[in-house]
Order: sequence, then structure tokens, then C-alpha cells
Amino acid sequence: MSAQPHALLVDRGNLRRRNRFNRLVEVSSTLAALLAVAVLVIVVGSVFLKGVGALSWHFLTTPTALFGESGGGISNAIVGTAIIVGIASVVAIPVGILVAIYTTEFAPDRVSHAIRFVLDLLNGVPTIITGIFIYGLLVVGHSQSGFAASVALSIVMLPIVARTAQEVLSLVPAILKEASSALGIAHWRTVVRITIPTAAGGLVTGALLGVARVAGETAPLLFASSIFRQGVLTDPGEALASIPIFIFQASESPKPEAHTEAWAAALVLIAIVLALNVVARAFYARSRKRMGA
Amino acid sequence: MDTRKQVRSPALSEQNQPEQQPTEPRAKTSVETAMPMRPVRRAERAGSRPAVGDIELKDLHAYYGSNHAVRGIDLDFDSGDVTAIIGPSGCGKSTMVRCINRMHEEIDGARAEGRVLLDGLDLYDPRVDIVAVRRSVGMVFQKPNPFPTMSVLDNVTAGLRLTGAPRGELEDRGREALTGAGLWEEVKGRLKGPGAGLSGGQQQRLCIARALAVEPEVLLMDEPCSALDPVATLKIEELIGELSERVTIVIVTHNMQQAARVADTTAFMLDGELVEVGPTEKLFTNPDDERTEQYVTGKFG
Repeated sequence: MSAQPHALLVDRGNLRRRNRFNRLVEVSSTLAALLAVAVLVIVVGSVFLKGVGALSWHFLTTPTALFGESGGGISNAIVGTAIIVGIASVVAIPVGILVAIYTTEFAPDRVSHAIRFVLDLLNGVPTIITGIFIYGLLVVGHSQSGFAASVALSIVMLPIVARTAQEVLSLVPAILKEASSALGIAHWRTVVRITIPTAAGGLVTGALLGVARVAGETAPLLFASSIFRQGVLTDPGEALASIPIFIFQASESPKPEAHTEAWAAALVLIAIVLALNVVARAFYARSRKRMGA
Repeated sequence: MDTRKQVRSPALSEQNQPEQQPTEPRAKTSVETAMPMRPVRRAERAGSRPAVGDIELKDLHAYYGSNHAVRGIDLDFDSGDVTAIIGPSGCGKSTMVRCINRMHEEIDGARAEGRVLLDGLDLYDPRVDIVAVRRSVGMVFQKPNPFPTMSVLDNVTAGLRLTGAPRGELEDRGREALTGAGLWEEVKGRLKGPGAGLSGGQQQRLCIARALAVEPEVLLMDEPCSALDPVATLKIEELIGELSERVTIVIVTHNMQQAARVADTTAFMLDGELVEVGPTEKLFTNPDDERTEQYVTGKFG
């Protein structure tokens, strides 16, 4: 066996250096990916371990106890969050989807780019700014209310819904729209009967991601709906309890039982958000399949 | 124009017939069942005007922004004829065809100049409604594109439903169109099933049925077989032969054998210009222009 031709096939010099570098990048990027997963596991795991003790049917179905007392639950906060987020969704989802339809189907390119940019900026506005804006606009001179909180949350939600809807609508294959116009079907009718049904799953995804995002939003609620009466309230004309505010207030309490209750409420919130995200993913996957992407 | 009409048909279209019928007995019945209803409807819709489906292009130019893609074409497509457009990629054949149903102008920055006459009426006249144009001139695309959210039947009747046809007629006209496209026997048990669940060739015939359902006088086909396997291609080609009795067909194709098999008349385009048009057999065996000869013998393109 001659050594020479074999030696040419062994990695040496430059090739060895490149192989090592390749290995280094591979290992470090794998570690980074594991780290990202680990962060989620640690957060969810610690919330679960600390909160699961206080979680009970009683906790979910009883309103918060009077200040300074323990043994209450978060039913008022669950109901309040549902009402506030519900109203915000009713406002933001249709408007967001209409904005997306306008920009992908009707607006000239320049206008549509401008709107995209504005939505990205709006998405980047810190929510404390949105909160103080609503505070100045709707709370000062009136009072805190579930409505004010909903308006603030709908501002946070709008760009998320609109941007996701834009992405999904632009995935609808152009050949479907062509087929439709070649049949003599009017543009708006093509949008309503072909484009939107094809993208429906993705539009639901955008809406759910928006809901998941604002369900845990705290800063605007501090301004708009944080001082409320006892018991389960359902009138959005007055300030309502909410899960994030409960977590915040319970964790400020000096009593250790209240801390455990805060963890339990956090567990409820994280479960809701994760569930919404999983459902949203499922709709998105279905929608992509339908569009052949 | 009249001379060409005489030159083309009897010999060639009769040549087509005996080839099809023995291989595809089903095809014959579908023509028989679909045909009788046809002339009535066409006359009805067109009012007193005899609807025949003659297309004439007069000095047609098409642009994408500053790109001059079609450079002054004069060409006639005669009623009941199958005309194939051949030419190398980028020669403007698809663009030219898309000018006939005014799909070209749907693209940003695209425009067309010149005249396209359907039975003598200018489709680019400002009074003409674009929806009416699309209903008179149907189109089938390169890739089968059934609507993924609709069933087989809903796909076929989409053009009728979404342009306000009476509900009661839909099922009958859908069946008629499916029969016309030679698909009825294959899909009659799954009309409510998803249109996207059919095979590629069936999907393309579904798209043909969808285009036929609105009863156009002209059917444009932009490389309708380029995404299909040979068997599915053969079915479409047979279908083209049958349909030519009902509509004027213009087919863009990259495949010269296909042009030779299906077309009465063939036009050869190069760099946005029409080089030569004539009876298919003459164009392939004895073309007048040297460039045509080079192209059909595979010397370029």
C-alpha cells in the first residue's frame, strides 16, 4: 500500500482548519438552540413547581379575598381578562385583517410599504407608552375602566394581527387570483370568495397570536384598570380585575401565601398563552398546506 | 383571412377525428351530450349578434414598463380553429395571448396598444367591460390551479356563481361543463370532494371545465400541458380536438410535436414579432421563412 495517494485524501493544513471551524460553528449553534429551549423549559418549569401547590378548583372559582386576607382565588381576574381581551379582540382583529387586505390587495406598492413600516413601528412602541397615552386620553378626568384597558390592548394587538395577516395573504398563490380574474370575477369578489377563504387558517393564526400576546400585557392595565372593587365584575364601564394585575399585586404582598397565589396565577396565564400559541400553529400549518407552501 | 380559413380545415380536422374516436369511445359520447345545448345558449347570450368567436389582432403591441414584449402583431384566429403559437422562451407568445382576454394589463406597469377584435368588436374599446371580455374569452393556465377551498362542483361553477348566475342552473351547467371537459365519468362520484384532491391531469381538465362553464367563444391555453405527464397530456390534446368544434382555441406551446398534433394553424413568433403563420403541416414541412425552418428543425431555441 503506497502512502502517497492516501496522504492526499487526509485533511491537512487549510482543509483541516476548515473542518475544525465547521465543527466549532456546528457545536456553538446547537448549544445556542438548546439554550433557547432551556430558557422556556426553566421558566415554565419553575412557574409550574412554585404555582401548582396553590392551584385548585377553589382558586380558579373564587374571587380575590379582601386586602390583607388570603384564601381567595382569581375567578374575578379570569373573567376580567376575558372581558378586556375580548373587547380588544373585537376591535383589533377585524381592523387588523382589513388593513392587511387593503395593503396586499388594493393599495399601490408605495402606500403598502409605508403602512407596513408604520405597523412595524407601532409594534415596537413600548406598551407602557401605549398605557400612558390611554391614561391621558381616557382615564384622566373620567375613571379607570375595562374599556380603557381594551382600547390600549387593541392598540398593542393591531400590528400583530395586521402583519401576520399580511404575510398569510401574500402567500395565497397568484395563479388562483389569475384564474379568478380570467373567469370574469370582480376583484373584490375574488378577495372575499377566493383569497380570504384560502388564507383563513393563517388569519386565525394571526388573531390568536395577537390574543396570546395581549393576554399577558400588564403595563397598560396598570394605568387603565388596576383599582377595582371586590368580587366578580362584568361591567367594562368600571375597572376590572385581570390576571397580570393579580400577579403583580399578589407578588407585592408581604405574605408568603400571596406569593404562592401569584405563582399559581402565573401558571394559569402561561397555560392560556401556550395553548393559544399551539392552536395558532396548528391553524397556520393547515393553511400553508392548503396553499401548497 | 378568408383564404386561410379555406386552406385550413376540412383536411386537417377530419384527419384528427378518426385518430381519436377508436382510442377514446367515451370522448364521443361526451361531445354528443354536450353539443346540442351549446348553440342555443350561445345565441341567447349574444342576442342578435352571431356568436362565432373570430379573433383578429391588429397591430398589437404589449409592454412591461419600457420593455416592448410584443411588437406589432397582425394575426387572425378563425372560428372553430385550433391555432398553436410556438417560439423560443421569452418571444412574447404568452404575453400576446394574455392580451386577448386583457389579462396582460393586470400586471403592474403592463399595457397593450393596438386592437383585438372579437367578431369584429374591439375588446380594447373604452366602453367594453372587462368582465364581459373574460366571459367571452376563457383561459387555461400553465399550472393546474383549482381553487383549494372549493369542491369539484364548486370549482366548475365558480365562474357562474361568482358572477351572479341563477342558483338553479348551477348543477346542470356544472355537469355539462364537466362532460364537455371529458371529466364527468371520473368525478361524478366525488363532486363534493375537494378539487385539489384530483390528479394533476384531472385538475387541469377541471380548470378547462371551469373555463367552459361560462361558455366562452374563445379558449386561450397557455402551455396547458407543461406540468403534466404524457398520458394526461394526451387526454388534454384529445380534448382540444373535441372542443375545437365549440370554441376557437389558441394554444401556446413549447412542444412542437404538440403543435403538430393539435393545431390546424400554427404561428411562429420570435422576439415579439410574428415570423410566419400558416397551416400547421406547411409550417412544419415547408415554411416560407428561414428562421421558421431553423426553429422547427431544432437549430435554435
